[in-house]
Amino acid sequence: MRSSLSRARFSNPFAWMRHWRAYLLMALMSVPFLFPFWWMISSSVKGLNDIFLFPPPLFPANPNWSNFVEVFSYQPFARQYANSLFISTVVTIGVLLIASLSGYAYARIAFRGRSAFFLLVLCALMIPAEVTIIPNFRMMTALNWINTHVPLIIIPIFGAGSVFGTFMMRQFFLQLPREIEESGMLDGLNRFGIFTRIALPLARPALGALAVLTFLASWNAYLEPLLYVNDLPLFTLPLALANFVDAYGTPLWHLQLAATTLAVVPVLLVYVFAQRQIIDSFMQTGVKG
Amino acid sequence: MKTTLAPRRRGLTWAQKDSVWGYAFVTPQLIGFTVFVLIPIVSVFLFSLESRNLLSGKVSFIGLDNYGTMAARDPLFWKTVGNTLIFSAGLVPFNIALALLLANMLARALAGITFFRAVFFAPVITASVAWAIVWQFLLQGDRGPINQLLAALGITGPDWLRTEGWAMAAVIFSRVIKTVGLNTVIFLAALKNIPTEYVEAAQIDGATRAQVFRRITLPLLAPTTLLVTVITVIGSLQVFDHIVMLTQGGPANSTFVLVYYIYFQAFKVFETGYASSLAVVLFVIALTLTLAQWALRRRFVYNEV
Repeated sequence: MRSSLSRARFSNPFAWMRHWRAYLLMALMSVPFLFPFWWMISSSVKGLNDIFLFPPPLFPANPNWSNFVEVFSYQPFARQYANSLFISTVVTIGVLLIASLSGYAYARIAFRGRSAFFLLVLCALMIPAEVTIIPNFRMMTALNWINTHVPLIIIPIFGAGSVFGTFMMRQFFLQLPREIEESGMLDGLNRFGIFTRIALPLARPALGALAVLTFLASWNAYLEPLLYVNDLPLFTLPLALANFVDAYGTPLWHLQLAATTLAVVPVLLVYVFAQRQIIDSFMQTGVKG
Repeated sequence: MKTTLAPRRRGLTWAQKDSVWGYAFVTPQLIGFTVFVLIPIVSVFLFSLESRNLLSGKVSFIGLDNYGTMAARDPLFWKTVGNTLIFSAGLVPFNIALALLLANMLARALAGITFFRAVFFAPVITASVAWAIVWQFLLQGDRGPINQLLAALGITGPDWLRTEGWAMAAVIFSRVIKTVGLNTVIFLAALKNIPTEYVEAAQIDGATRAQVFRRITLPLLAPTTLLVTVITVIGSLQVFDHIVMLTQGGPANSTFVLVYYIYFQAFKVFETGYASSLAVVLFVIALTLTLAQWALRRRFVYNEV
């Protein structure tokens, strides 16, 4: 275990203090990273009038839990939360399915046109999604899918999501030893059998990483929902968060920060427990190009 | 009777069947890709040649007029290009310098270092809308926490988001804190790949920590730095959520960046033809940067260890 190792190394419990300068520097550097989270959480239980008190108490003396109730009555926040969960889950499943199939084929199967197709996908990797929003919007309008969740699901699944996913899964399957699959061929499996019974189970780490990236990208997306969805009950979380404002567009801070806390804290909790896996997933985005 | 048995079909070989599987595997992605990426890219070029208003429905083919308007008759376009440049020029060096600093701090084998790594990375997984909401709150002029903190130190802070100059600085700063964690962990991974012998040899020769960093670490990180720079530049061109939430392009259009301008033309004033020509500009910039990266990379490969 890592902790017992470091304990052995620092047999003197105060040994870490020898590095006090490094710790001090890191603690100072942490301030702009932690301050927003702390402020968000502590303000979420303040009344609208206490929210600007200075200096602020570390945690309010009389926590005003009613903010969390009001959030749900101000707009259909539970419904909006469910929308985001639903959309992100469907997008993640779709991307994993499509990207693992095509990523595997580009890595392993010999077929005519393979490198040409893959080059196309590779080129699409570097095109900002904003370039295609206007044609996609017009297509969705023509198909009468505006103000539905359909564009928020199919565009990421088939567009940018699966483009990056295909690239990532191909990279993974390329470094999987071929010999593992040869036994399947000898057993008379066809390619689909080899894929589902041998390759895919081994790809669990890559699939997990892709799932983390896809889910968060969909969960955090703002531009697409802003364009495609107009009705409050159809809103996703980011749209809903931006909408805790009065008639003049002035934020209702106590509600907005409470809602933001409700949207952010669950993600942070998962992150606390799966920190290594989540960070490793994001590092996959650094190996492209 | 033997004739009732179907004659055995002339079978395909395994390799032939395999290539059929290959097409079957890539088809869903390829169809979706064609519909939602390939055709839209071609369309955006075609749309950029017409004047089309989404509300009135008026359409006319105007050739390259949109580009002429952009170049000669739309000062706001040049303003947004300039703002995008300022944004990138401020964000990219700040982001990379900070990422290098944090990565070097995190590379030390100290107890509890993973806690700090988690802290620096936490904003990356946070929705940018949520992040921007909190910063909008922190950066308020009269009673925002940051200005109250400064007031306690005897400094009168500006109305960050409503003052020209400060607004761009505040957007850049909050954006760097949001995104620097990703570059940090990429640098951290690259740092761990540097053989310790190099550093030890230099230390035996009496090199100071700064010298080791400048003469050994930095040159060996060059390929990573190049990659990270290009990713960060392209990412900085795409900033949108932050601008919408924090400034809406203001004050006095000083944070009006290119992607926000595309959105504005297409979905606020509904000039989709003109907006398409702006999208083409974005496309060309992103393409140029990527090709430049590939060209530079080829040269850098020599230096890779």
